[in-house]
Amino acid sequence: MSTVSPQAGTPLAATPQELAERALELSRADGAVVLVDENTTANLRWANNTLTTNGMSGTRRVTVISTVRGAQGVSAAVVTRSGVDLGTLEALVRESERAAQEAGPAEDAQPLLGSADAGAGGSSAWDREPGATSIDVFASFAPALGSAFESAAAAGQLLFGYAEHTLTSTFLATSSGLRLRHDQPAGRVELNAKSPDFERTAWTGAQTRDFADIDVADLGAQLAQRLEWQKRRIDLPAGRYETLLPPSAVADLAIYQFWTSSARDAADGRTVFSKAGGGTRVGERIGVPGLRIWSDPNAPGMECTPFNIAYASSSSQSVFDNGLPLASTDWVTDGVLSNLLTTRHSAASTGLAVTPAVDNLLIDGGGTASLEEMTQNTDRGLLLTCLWYIREVDPQSLLLTGLTRDGVYLVEGGEVTGVVNNFRFNESPTDLISRVTEIGRQEFCLPREWNDYFTRSAVPAMRIPDFNMSSVSKAS
Amino acid sequence: MPRLDPTFTALPLSEMAQAALTRARELGVEHADFRSERVRERLIKLRDGQLDGKNDNENSGISVRVVHEGTWGFAAGVVQTPEAAALLAEQAVQVARISKPINSELVVLAPEPSYGEQVWVSSYEIDPFEPPRDGDPDPVALLTEWSQRLLAADGVDHVDASLQVAKENKYYADTNGTVTTQQRVRVQVEIEAISVDSVTGAFESMRTIGPPAGRGLEYLQGVGWDWEAEIEALPGLLAEKVAAPSVEAGVYDLVIDPSNLWLTIHESIGHATELDRALGYEAAYAGTSFATPDNLGTLRYGSPALNVTGDRIVEHGLSTIGFDDEGVQAQSWDIIKDGTLVGYQLDRRIAQLRGLGGDGSGKGRSNGCAFADSSGHVPIQRMANVSIQPAPDGPTTEELISRVADGLYIVGDKSWSIDMQRYNFQFTGQRAFRIKDGKLAGQVKDFAYQATTTDFWGSLEAVGGPQTYVLGGAFNCGKGQPAQAAPVSHGCPSVLLRAVKILNTVQEAGK
Repeated sequence: MSTVSPQAGTPLAATPQELAERALELSRADGAVVLVDENTTANLRWANNTLTTNGMSGTRRVTVISTVRGAQGVSAAVVTRSGVDLGTLEALVRESERAAQEAGPAEDAQPLLGSADAGAGGSSAWDREPGATSIDVFASFAPALGSAFESAAAAGQLLFGYAEHTLTSTFLATSSGLRLRHDQPAGRVELNAKSPDFERTAWTGAQTRDFADIDVADLGAQLAQRLEWQKRRIDLPAGRYETLLPPSAVADLAIYQFWTSSARDAADGRTVFSKAGGGTRVGERIGVPGLRIWSDPNAPGMECTPFNIAYASSSSQSVFDNGLPLASTDWVTDGVLSNLLTTRHSAASTGLAVTPAVDNLLIDGGGTASLEEMTQNTDRGLLLTCLWYIREVDPQSLLLTGLTRDGVYLVEGGEVTGVVNNFRFNESPTDLISRVTEIGRQEFCLPREWNDYFTRSAVPAMRIPDFNMSSVSKAS
Repeated sequence: MPRLDPTFTALPLSEMAQAALTRARELGVEHADFRSERVRERLIKLRDGQLDGKNDNENSGISVRVVHEGTWGFAAGVVQTPEAAALLAEQAVQVARISKPINSELVVLAPEPSYGEQVWVSSYEIDPFEPPRDGDPDPVALLTEWSQRLLAADGVDHVDASLQVAKENKYYADTNGTVTTQQRVRVQVEIEAISVDSVTGAFESMRTIGPPAGRGLEYLQGVGWDWEAEIEALPGLLAEKVAAPSVEAGVYDLVIDPSNLWLTIHESIGHATELDRALGYEAAYAGTSFATPDNLGTLRYGSPALNVTGDRIVEHGLSTIGFDDEGVQAQSWDIIKDGTLVGYQLDRRIAQLRGLGGDGSGKGRSNGCAFADSSGHVPIQRMANVSIQPAPDGPTTEELISRVADGLYIVGDKSWSIDMQRYNFQFTGQRAFRIKDGKLAGQVKDFAYQATTTDFWGSLEAVGGPQTYVLGGAFNCGKGQPAQAAPVSHGCPSVLLRAVKILNTVQEAGK
């Protein structure tokens, strides 16, 4: 495995830094932000113990945000193009300016950030070449996967899954003098084992920064144990069950809650975080004592962009806030809602702190028990593997629906006694954190449902005394 | 008749294709295809009548896919020169070589005629990405005016408005001699009014049901949908919902409007009849299907009233195209006939695996469902326009309602979820009206319907006539790893179903 050049295709002539500086030179707008993203990706996908698709690709996206002062206020527009080089850059800049001139005033308008606003991270590496990944990142992983296919075939099992590694170098420059740069590696692997009739099925997944820490044989062994558990099948009806949610399931539910925690939406009376009579629920107890939910760009093993990057404005982010330093931010502290997602504009209008989103999520409740220990301490309950197809049913209560997937186990007397049918659930994560009766130890995990968009999470397993399994699913 | 965008055709398309395919042949491939794609998208959002974001995105690049010694290889980049295309061909072959040790199933593509050079452009009037002409709509001004009109109505506290437009240019050439240059445009408008009770904190919303369409900006001017009438009706519908009683959970007969049913078709029929999924190729991600090939021709999918087709040819359909991303000509075919499963959605590899879609000789033929959402992604089997056919002399919606003694009439899509084998689903909607003794009796709220696919379609008593038929759809159907988004339409008439389980979502939340 070698000899593939790190960048798929032919590299563009100009460097990202040259493009960013030149775009600012070309700009005739009152203000401008330029974002250049250099991304390389390598992936492998497999099914039925064989490779199905693969690929490597390289892209460059240049985003120009122009701001224009007018009689009514400051307007802004965002234009993004891929494959831009010096010869095509001016057209992009002019289009962004034209779009900004045609746009009405932006409610979230704020002064663009300058060099004095830079935080601790990012700027020192401005001049370095962008990073890149390649298919070589799977140099050890691919042969191990081949061995896993052979082992699975010998055991009468089928393996399915996906491995992806990306590296994105982002360069951020403003007309006010700010220069920031960040390299973000991200990797994920999902492994699914099934019996040939697909009746027994088990899943595991992992986040990684470089695939050096991925042990395919270990992942395969975990799945083999799960398939062994599934040799005894027990049918259970819909109802409320004591349920152990593993970290992946907790992460998927918590990530959705995180995404819906816009302060502006809450202040407008439109979310579960809205306060009756007006305002937000910040300061109100929503979870059990001891529960902490937070994000931290410097969290070990889950490091992510230490400054704000916004390609579009919305109720929870603002293009004017590009480059804003990010810090460790508590969303829930000791069970109390402490912050919501704000921009500088929405923070001012709601009276809350400026707390933009950070691209990771952590939960801790002080627990030390592993999921295995929590299982051993269960008289009778359900042990889930993961959740899937999670969708919002009612924003008022943040009621979500979805399915259990790839193994629901009945635990009796501290032991797994068999596999149970799948269920459709209807539950609110905001309600669950007020009903949780045990919180396990914090663990790195891969959110099954949302890992296309969000991989960096470290959360504990949770015991819910009365999880609402609304109906039975015949799916396996 | 719209023309191909000259800024796309000015690229050295044939030179790049020739360079890539020549290099691939030199390296001994069984098959190679080259694509150059440019996808332009624009999103305009307003919040309470104020511009909340204006984003314009263009994704362009080239890619080469090969079958080399029975293994796929794919490489993509952004530099559009013949030299870069040839290099991508080399890299695609290299990816295939690296992957071969973990490939135990040789890739063979179902045969397809060579079509030579072909041009196809979708049916629309006003290109959203061309400079506006006199009389063309100003989207920001129009969304602002609609928003302000709604905000002025009693009981409307907030309004979200958005417009998404997209324009795809695709150039494709393969070692089979097919060369296609295609262009299509689509548009989606959504306006949502929200009412907030400032004392209790309760809130409700009501969104327009006008579907996304393969049209241009003429769609905003009333061509294909009456937006003015929808905006006019929205405050009243919202006020009625705010005051409506919470539904009593139980079993009801349902009349479902096409504005809601398209999504149920999409999830419970569209995805379930993708053969790659039924064979397990999506098993770890999007899931599998209960509708496995061993049941083809025998599975009772629904009542005899259920007739479903797949197509990539219907005018203004979001999946409509001239040729797919494997050089297969667009077609129309049966998926469910008189309630029985009779067909699948296929690409060339999947068709060949099971010999489906062909003339019965054992060689398969794709029905043209390969699609990649950009040059950076590999084509995979994606959904055609999967549609329920109306009854030729079928009833009106009012006639269907008149047959119900005690039920609900559900309009507009909202929440959706289905399991990984496409059995158990749950949907809500924008609004539901109580039906009593064949007449509408006001809205109820907090409803969701929950069923198993074959039970649900088995309870289909009647489908409406062509006068009730509407082409719904979505811009963003997700599938594959890496994830890809595909636009797709679903046409259907109003339908009548008996004895479907209705949940009360407030009770489900334990409140």
